[in-house]
This record gives sequence, C-alpha cells and structure tokens, in this order.
Amino acid sequence: MGNRTPLYELHIAAGAKMVDFGGWDMPIHYGSQIEEHHAVRLASGMCDVSHMTIVDVGGEQCREFLRYLLANDVERLAVGDALYSVMLNQSGGILDDLIVYRQQERYRLVVNCATREKDLAWMRAQGEAFDVRIDLRDDLAIIAVQGPESIEQCIRVTGVASLVDLKPFTATWFNDWYVARTGYTGEQGLEIMLPNQDAAELWSALQQAGVEPIGLGARDTLRLEAGMNLYGSDMDESVTPAEAALSWTVAPSGDRDFIGREALDAGRPGRKLVGLVLTERGVLRAHYKVRAAGQEIGEITSGAFSPTLQHSIALARIDSRAAGPLTVDIRGKQLPVKQVRPPFVRNGNRVFKIIE
Amino acid sequence: MAEVPGDLKFAETHEWARVEDDGTVTVGISDHAQESLGDVVFVELPEVDAEVDAKGEAGVVESVKAASDIYAPVAGTIIAVNETLEETPETVNESPYGDGWFFKLKPNDLNQMHDLLSPEDYENFCENEDDH
Repeated sequence: MGNRTPLYELHIAAGAKMVDFGGWDMPIHYGSQIEEHHAVRLASGMCDVSHMTIVDVGGEQCREFLRYLLANDVERLAVGDALYSVMLNQSGGILDDLIVYRQQERYRLVVNCATREKDLAWMRAQGEAFDVRIDLRDDLAIIAVQGPESIEQCIRVTGVASLVDLKPFTATWFNDWYVARTGYTGEQGLEIMLPNQDAAELWSALQQAGVEPIGLGARDTLRLEAGMNLYGSDMDESVTPAEAALSWTVAPSGDRDFIGREALDAGRPGRKLVGLVLTERGVLRAHYKVRAAGQEIGEITSGAFSPTLQHSIALARIDSRAAGPLTVDIRGKQLPVKQVRPPFVRNGNRVFKIIE
Repeated sequence: MAEVPGDLKFAETHEWARVEDDGTVTVGISDHAQESLGDVVFVELPEVDAEVDAKGEAGVVESVKAASDIYAPVAGTIIAVNETLEETPETVNESPYGDGWFFKLKPNDLNQMHDLLSPEDYENFCENEDDH
C-alpha cells in the first residue's frame, strides 16, 4: 500500500482506477481518460495533486537563499506573485522544476512528488549557509480546478466572488486556504492548497456542482497539449534548461550567483527539445527514436494521442544541428512527423506552428 | 464489467472468438483487455483475404496507455473487418463483446477452438495474471 491523500476514499467511491505514482496511490482515471480531458478543455475538471510536495521557506535570508537556489529570480516577486523555476545542480542539470509563491514573510515552493526526498536533502544542505527555515507542509492538500468554467464553479461553491479578480500567476489567502491562479493544463483555473481535513468537503461540493474528477492520465495529456514539461520524462539531472526548452526560465540577472550558473555560462547545448506532430494514424510514445535522413538524432520524451487535436503529439529531444524531414520509428515503421513549436493547444484551440 | 456471453472462447493473449452459425469465427478483445488498456484511440485491422496463423499477429490496438498486438485465436482467412472502428475506436471500450468486434475469419480447422479457454477458465487466468 502506498501513501494516500485525504481524498483517497472519494476517488474509490467515484470508481477511480488507482495506480502507484511515486509511492502514492493515485487515480489514473475514473472511467474514461479522454472524456476527462475534454471536460477540462470544454467545461471544468478537478485533479487531486496532494501528492505534490509543499515546502515553505522562511527566515531572515529566505530571499537571498532562493536567489541562490533557483535559476529563476525571486527578486522581482511582489507578495502574491508566483514564478516557475528550475532548481539546478552545480553542472547545470535540472534537479526539479517547481512553482514558487511569494507570501508575506516567506516563500512557498511546490515541487514534484517523486523528487521529494532528493529536493529536501538538497535544499537543506544548500540552506546551511543561510539563515533560513525549511518546513515541509504535509498537513496540506492541493486540488487543481481547471477549465473554462472552473473559476465560476469555484465561486459558486465557495461564495468567494473576488476569485474572479485573481490574475494569472498570482495567489491569495482565504482564511487558511491558499488559492493560486496556476495550473498544468493550458486552461484557466485555480490550484487550491488547503488543510487536509478540509479537502474532502471541498472536493464533494465541487463534484456536486458538476466539476468532473480528473485522473493523472488526463492531466498528462492536458499538460502535453499545453507544451509543458514533465520532470523525469522531458528533463532530469542530465539535461540543462536550454536542452529542455526552458532557457526562458533562467533569469540572466547581471551578477546574481545561482547554483549551476557557471556551468550554463560555459556550456553549449548540443540538444534541443522540440514538438512533433504525427498526422497519420498511430501514437508517438516516450523513447521512440527520431530520425533525420535515416540517422538517429534523438528520442521522444513524452508522447500521446491528443484528444483535442485527434492526432498524436510529442516532445522530443534531438540533436540541435539536425536538419531535414523527420521520421519516428513506430514499432519498426518509419512514419513522417512535423516539427513544431509548442504549445499545441491553448484555451481549447490548436495553436502550434509547423517549423519548415 | 460487461456480461461475458457463454458462447465465447478466450486466448491467453486476451482475444475472444465465437463460432457463428455459418462456421465462421468472429474475433475481438476481452472486457478485461479493454479495461486494462484504457481508452482505445486507434485500431489497425488485418486486410480482408489475409491468411493468419493461430497466435499469429493480426492487428494492433493503440490506447491512451499502450500499443498492443492482436493475435488470431485460430488460423484461417480474414473474410471481414470491422471498419467502423477506424472512425469510432471507443466502441472497443463500450461494447467489447458486441459492436467492438475486430474481424471475422474462415477457420482452417475448427478443432483449434478447443485450444482456447472457457469464460470461467479465462476469468481465473486473468485473476492469476493480475496477482503477478
């Protein structure tokens, strides 16, 4: 038996198929992954992401510490602002990706579940040189409510009309709930961090209002359509931000010293992360090989059938110098694919551009 | 869980086969198979007139989770394929023992049906498989 979130019983009651996910028993779907995907694109859905790790960083030097720890720069965050960042090792490899929220006296980091112990050990070791306090918040659950109708549904259920004013990538407190206008789907929505004991009541109320429960299967196809990387698939410690299409998250601020900076300044990325589209029948899947002019030039890091586009899409890491038409080896067949610049889907619409 | 019709026989590779009144054999995948694959997104069917061997490859089913081969439960000649699956592959999930059939074949030797599992034996087989 794995770890269970406070919503475990409700998942079972809703007919979820449970799988092990980084040591947690989590719902992969509640019947149809594709219908759950469409619910988020067309109306609203909610996903239990309580398995993710919340870490609060406070103390006198919390800002200085995070400016050193993270590749993006927390310096410009006002209270209530959120920022996406990677955390690098000394050689510029990605230890994890996370969202950092600036709160009044501290910062809140939401990191991945599979990297939890590694991240904590790393943060504590790096934090020794600073006056900081690092608190694991296992007392909190997270419910992600996403989709074009998600915010009005949350307002209906909570009665908090001002949720409509929450700007993208900001967050605010409602009593002891921390509500963020962030997500992992390419749709508008909220991520609600709340005490474990409140989670089931909110989940049930949202479900009553018609918000569909969404499993991790649909969450994965939603984030892939949105062109968002998944840690452990599209990036890991052997990959630098430039090789994961995340250069935009590395703040090039003049003389700020952050972990990994020296390596990034010295290195030249030989690989890049690109989007691929297959219009023929078939599904691109992780680890399928990508070829240009018959030569293997890389592999797919994430691939799926896109329920919105009705064909397969993928992210692939390929040689930066690769040129010419690309093919993917699907079970022995070489199928032509188009190289595109993600995202594939935003706010329900196809948005990718084909790179000729 | 879909009701398992009693006239079906099952392969350990999770296909079902049913002998029709005219002696032809209809083939699909089991409810257990569609359940563990999740939503089916593409089905690759054999060509009509193709010869297939017992336990030989006769198609591919691609789901949100994985691609998996479909094997012919008995040897024979393909006489029909379920073309509606090209447009509505979700039929495999909705009606694995009905409208979600894959192909029909003219068997070389109907005795090969005896090599397949009864619904009860297949159910036991799946339970044991899930335990491993």
